Amino acid sequence: MMLTFGESVLIILVIAAITFGLRAAPFILFSRTGTTPPVITYLGKTLPPAVIGMLIVICLRDVSVFDAPHGIPELLSVAAVAILHLWRRNTLLSILGGTVLYMVLVQFVFV
Amino acid sequence: MRQAFRAAFPVTIPVLLGYFSIGIAFGLLFEKAGYNFIWTFFMSLTVYAGAMQFIAVSFFYGGYSLFQIAVMTLVINFRHIFYGLSFLDRFKGMGWKKWYMVFALTDETYSLLCSRKAPDGADEKKFLLCIALLNQAYWVLGGVVGSLAGSLITFNTKGMDFAMTAMFVVIFIDQWKAYSSHIPALAGIGITVAVLLIAGPDQVVIPSIILIVLSFLLARKQIEAKMTDSSELLKEDAETVMDDVKTEEKEKEGEGRK
Repeated sequence: MMLTFGESVLIILVIAAITFGLRAAPFILFSRTGTTPPVITYLGKTLPPAVIGMLIVICLRDVSVFDAPHGIPELLSVAAVAILHLWRRNTLLSILGGTVLYMVLVQFVFV
Repeated sequence: MRQAFRAAFPVTIPVLLGYFSIGIAFGLLFEKAGYNFIWTFFMSLTVYAGAMQFIAVSFFYGGYSLFQIAVMTLVINFRHIFYGLSFLDRFKGMGWKKWYMVFALTDETYSLLCSRKAPDGADEKKFLLCIALLNQAYWVLGGVVGSLAGSLITFNTKGMDFAMTAMFVVIFIDQWKAYSSHIPALAGIGITVAVLLIAGPDQVVIPSIILIVLSFLLARKQIEAKMTDSSELLKEDAETVMDDVKTEEKEKEGEGRK
């Protein structure tokens, strides 16, 4: 553990509280009116794909294109995940296949 | 209650397969970050959000402020705001159990509750509660199993955290197919890459989120014109999740026969 016990508990509590708050929001905010503000609906449908795109970039943010291995393991593995998923559309297979390939690449090929 | 349980269990089998295996992956990663099965148990019990818990593993390596964690949680789980809308009436009259149902509205539980009704003779409210309870049980159990397995594994786990990247790539592809406009997905990547190049890897999260939300609000007219009706989209999302678990279920059955 890199954080203290208290810091770790606090992180879990913050995530739990905000997640529950979001799930409970319609029951508290919209249960009387029954209508959602259009701007909330709009953000709700546009944010998810943008956030996932952002998260992919964040996951790969420490990859350096200029230093060896120039992000090649990441590029190959992401491509493998995408091809597997477009081909079989099996979430588990795609994640497992890409991860095993990546582990092999960083442990044995690009050491 | 036993009757409702019997009616609910078969309905939850696709989620059992999905949650148990993804739960194992989460338990493994969390164990690798230095948090044993007790931590996994309590996090899966109190947070109970699949993708979010995966992302949260990186918080425990340090370097994030509580404020950053709060904002990320808010944005990543923002979609959950809409799940409750379908159940404002259906959860009425459930007493304290209503708040457990609200707490347990994950992507998978939401799509199950949307698509299934209690069979004749079974109590509808108990049926809903059983589905929600079973699903969380799978998630917690998978996590604990993964965590215990992770503490026993002795091989080199270097690179295993790529599972998180892989999961986002998978979700990205699913959403790409489900959405009528690819502007939000491309903007998410483009803005984050731009911030990364300008501000560097340590300052990327909050500026990216702010820029994404701001630009979406500013370009609302243009983007909205290219998107289909929101209710259709949310329904499509739920169906995509269900299609996924159904395919997995079928493939598991196929493997079983062999």
